[in-house]
Amino acid sequence: MSTVALVGARALRLGGPWLALLALVLAAALAFGVGRYPVSLLDVARVLLGRLLGHAPDVAPAVEAVVLQIRGPRIAAAVLIGAALSVAGTAFQGLFRNPLVSPDILGASSGAALGTVTGIWLSLGVLAIEGLAFAGGLLAVACVYGLGAALSGRDPVLVLVLAGVVIGSLLGAGVGLIKYLADPYNQLPAMTFWLLGSLSATHPSDLLPLAGPVVLGTGLLLLLRWRLDVLSLPDEEARSLGLATGPLRIAVVAAATLVTAASVAAAGIVGWVGLVVPHLARFLVGPGFGRLIPTAALLGAGTLLTIDTLARTVAPVEVPLGILTAFVGTPVFLWLLARAERDWS
Amino acid sequence: MTLLEAQDLAFGYPGREIGRGLSVQLAAGEALALLGPNGGGKTTLLKTLLGLLPPRAGAVLVEGRPLAGLTARERAQAMAYVPQATVSAFAFTARAVVLMGRTSRSGLLSAPSRADHAAAEGALARMGIAHLAERPVTRLSGGERQLVLVARALAQEPRIVVLDEPTASLDFGNQGRVMAEILRLRADGLGLLFTTHDPNQAARYADRALLLRGGRPLAAGPVTEIMDAATLGRLYGAPVEEVRDTGTGARAFLPG
Repeated sequence: MSTVALVGARALRLGGPWLALLALVLAAALAFGVGRYPVSLLDVARVLLGRLLGHAPDVAPAVEAVVLQIRGPRIAAAVLIGAALSVAGTAFQGLFRNPLVSPDILGASSGAALGTVTGIWLSLGVLAIEGLAFAGGLLAVACVYGLGAALSGRDPVLVLVLAGVVIGSLLGAGVGLIKYLADPYNQLPAMTFWLLGSLSATHPSDLLPLAGPVVLGTGLLLLLRWRLDVLSLPDEEARSLGLATGPLRIAVVAAATLVTAASVAAAGIVGWVGLVVPHLARFLVGPGFGRLIPTAALLGAGTLLTIDTLARTVAPVEVPLGILTAFVGTPVFLWLLARAERDWS
Repeated sequence: MTLLEAQDLAFGYPGREIGRGLSVQLAAGEALALLGPNGGGKTTLLKTLLGLLPPRAGAVLVEGRPLAGLTARERAQAMAYVPQATVSAFAFTARAVVLMGRTSRSGLLSAPSRADHAAAEGALARMGIAHLAERPVTRLSGGERQLVLVARALAQEPRIVVLDEPTASLDFGNQGRVMAEILRLRADGLGLLFTTHDPNQAARYADRALLLRGGRPLAAGPVTEIMDAATLGRLYGAPVEEVRDTGTGARAFLPG
């Protein structure tokens, strides 16, 4: 590598987090402004400032409602979920020493999906369904972790991944069974749409149950980020460096599961973000987790927010998030694969 | 001073004993070679001495304290491990890898401090690889990567450095270069323990050797006394020839 390239990489490493922050601010401005009811950025600023300073803004009530009641909660949810899934994906890629891992590798999404379809099948209320999804995600990962610990051979990480794959496919069969049993006219479409993922139904009251687990889990991963470099080494090497890998691995799995289950409960299955954003962030600031984790958080928030803005503006009807993230994620991922392949070998 | 000591050690994995009857002693400023054929238990013994595997019988003492009673942190502050150079999943820079050596000297939640950075730079300079600091380790040669791992061990500021086949994957020139750097640590008063399957490497670089065959000690003592063609022949179960320079007295062992 030439000296110029090294200096360039260093500059990017230092400036990367700021670039990611700038992208997020631009994405937020765009998300507030565009839509069926266009709002000027000046009005958005007036409403938000008025809200902050506690006086009534000098805008039409419809504008205030769009900003605070409709777009605001949806933007907040996209930012929280995008940041959470990206941080969880980044931490998991380190923990599993594999850049192709996403935050639901241990079955969090499949567990949450089973919880949701069960809730819909039993005709429960929205809050109960979200609760079941959250509990299903946590329970699935707890099962996988228990299984991994019970079977633990020489490579605990490999056993954990295999247990995750097996349990994930079992839960997938459970989802299939309930869809098969469900009422095909009302319940089945509801299940299908939910599994495709969407933020369109985000209500201000949804934010608290989402923000609690997400802030807790993401915060924990942010705090532990300086130790993740060593956790990405083979287990014995990490232990010989003085890291208590067992407790740290449990903490990372618990935090990542908390945010994934909460995200899936709130928005359905939003794939790709937790897989692709860590790579984009690594491309910006390099593989050191100390800088990588905050960059991934900012970049993930901006990415999901932009995709959600597209989801509600590109077509006359809402495009499900899961479909859009796949359409955007696949080419980006292939591009990264072609570019960065040699760095993974 | 005895840095590392084990008496009548049995070692292996749960349900599978690899070796027994091993006694090891390592003093400050001394290099000890663990020599033996592949599959003889060298690496397993190394992991037991490092506290990565619990001993099946006997105990390991580090500076007089039982290893089993130490936390991972305390262990890492006393002993550093240089594994065989593997390829990382991520393209960390050489500097970042060396900084990982500071894990046992910084808090769980803290970023690397100024002192950590200084220790890492010092270790890179001592190994003569300061110019590689910004390079991704995935793009370094095997010899350079091995030196980065030794520098990481130095950043740990240990009293003992344990190396698993430090030159196994290196070409002829790099073998000499890496061993020369490693031996400078002995002159600084560190205790060195390394495994090797090459008798010449043990004879040339170690003060004492422990010959390990089938998990049992075949001989232990100063390399000048215990290493001869007959003993090595028994160690490897194959004929070994000794050649000697009549002028300098330098020895070499040839297989066959």
